[in-house]
Amino acid sequence: MNLRATFMSVFLLGLVRLLTGAQARWHGCPPKAEQRIYFANHQSHADLVLIWAALPQELRSITRPIAAKDYWTASNFKRWITTEVFNAVYVERERKGDEDPLAPLAQALESGDSLILFPEGTRGHEEDPQPFKSGLYNLAQRFPGVVLVPAWIHNVQRVIPKGEVVPVPVLCSVTFGEPLVLGAEEPRADFLKRAREAVMALRDV
Amino acid sequence: MTSFLRSLTADQQVSLVFVVLFGLLLIASGVGVLLSLRERRSGDDDASGERALRLQDNQALLRSSWMMMLVFWVGWVMGEGFAIVLFGLVSFFILREFISLSPTRRGDHRSLVLAFFIVLPLQYALVWTERFNLFTVFIPVYVFLAIPVVSALGNDPQRFLERNAKLQWGIMVCVYGMSHVPALLLLNFPGFVGKTAFLVFFLVLVVQTCMLVQHLAARGLHRPVAPAISDSFHWRSWALGLAAGGLLGAVLSGFTPFKPLPALAMALVACVAGSFGHLVMKAIKRDRGVTHWGFAGRSVTGASGLLDRVDALCFAAPVFFHSVRWTFDL
Repeated sequence: MNLRATFMSVFLLGLVRLLTGAQARWHGCPPKAEQRIYFANHQSHADLVLIWAALPQELRSITRPIAAKDYWTASNFKRWITTEVFNAVYVERERKGDEDPLAPLAQALESGDSLILFPEGTRGHEEDPQPFKSGLYNLAQRFPGVVLVPAWIHNVQRVIPKGEVVPVPVLCSVTFGEPLVLGAEEPRADFLKRAREAVMALRDV
Repeated sequence: MTSFLRSLTADQQVSLVFVVLFGLLLIASGVGVLLSLRERRSGDDDASGERALRLQDNQALLRSSWMMMLVFWVGWVMGEGFAIVLFGLVSFFILREFISLSPTRRGDHRSLVLAFFIVLPLQYALVWTERFNLFTVFIPVYVFLAIPVVSALGNDPQRFLERNAKLQWGIMVCVYGMSHVPALLLLNFPGFVGKTAFLVFFLVLVVQTCMLVQHLAARGLHRPVAPAISDSFHWRSWALGLAAGGLLGAVLSGFTPFKPLPALAMALVACVAGSFGHLVMKAIKRDRGVTHWGFAGRSVTGASGLLDRVDALCFAAPVFFHSVRWTFDL
């Protein structure tokens, strides 16, 4: 990480803590340096920053968030901040030809990194998260050794609603839950439903 | 003794107060540590469990007293400007706590931006520049009107009055109330130059003592006045708290520009406002379904419960400030 990126990450961490507290609550698993996929609800672009800030320093450096390629590479600044500061993995939201959209994620997992995933695929505006897309299931199947940790991001949509520029200080937290294990013969739909329920269950912990 | 105190300069007197207070805190903390050692040795039956809980309660109180003392000390060392910034930050954090637990809608976003990034800094800037006339009316008059206008422009009629009332309340308590504490530093008493820090001490000590005595005296009392709101508010413990706060005020009068009797009266005014303010904040918390801003914070939002500790002060400070100002015609 170069100097500018280090400076930016320190600045962002300070800003996020000042505005939201960025509190991490570990219910069901400790913060531990094993290979993990954190999957969470998605209501705002700030989700990515918040969950990144909530992780302890040691885990932050080995955990890479997934960023939608069309949005996060739209300008030079967005591209710079996602690559240099967050060390993000880009995914295509629209499938192009017969390319595997999960290829960059699989590559990151093969090299030993942990991932932050928003299985809804896009930001939701309802209380409950939208149905999960199958990426999580496919990754769980291909990488059985990776621990799947559900997370609920609380309150972040109040910090900066869609269409607003200035964030407002509201306390937010990220609750990490008990790891999920994919059953041997578990069908895709059942697993995705279970994963979504695991995330939603953390709302009231 | 008194002549010795009088022979000291203002700075030396303030330092002396700090030494005494830090000494008291050290003793209290030492006793706390010893008690906790004894706790651990005894078994874990019901009685000791309850005592451990009470001990935890007291330790939390000690911790916040330490923090408050450190904040005051740093504020005094660094000067008035720094103290104003410090109280501004406290305002920011308690308003953040208040807003986090009051549901807002998307249409409130602009009003929130106004509250946090314009009203709050402006109010403290007014304190800094000693524009006391504007400072006393800025929030109750101008902001009172501006917030609903911005909300109305947000184009969301649902529960409009309720949402605005919440925000107005948050600003009044967390910004307006709190900003009166550093404003005390800037009051110009004739013959009391450089010693206005004592007024802040006076206010904080008197109000905290009143709250503490009230809290301790409520133990063992039954049938609270408003059980749906507070289990610990009884008229008897309330009166005891007031008496303690008032007496302490009279004792401390030597450090203030007041004579003992006016000091007693001022202390009583601050204690009445503070203790009732605390009760009102409790009612708001109950309405939100939580018992502590901090407790809910730990489970939902990560708030540290700062508002729980300073809410009495937020109510006492403006009342005290204006009583002092009008009584002494400053």
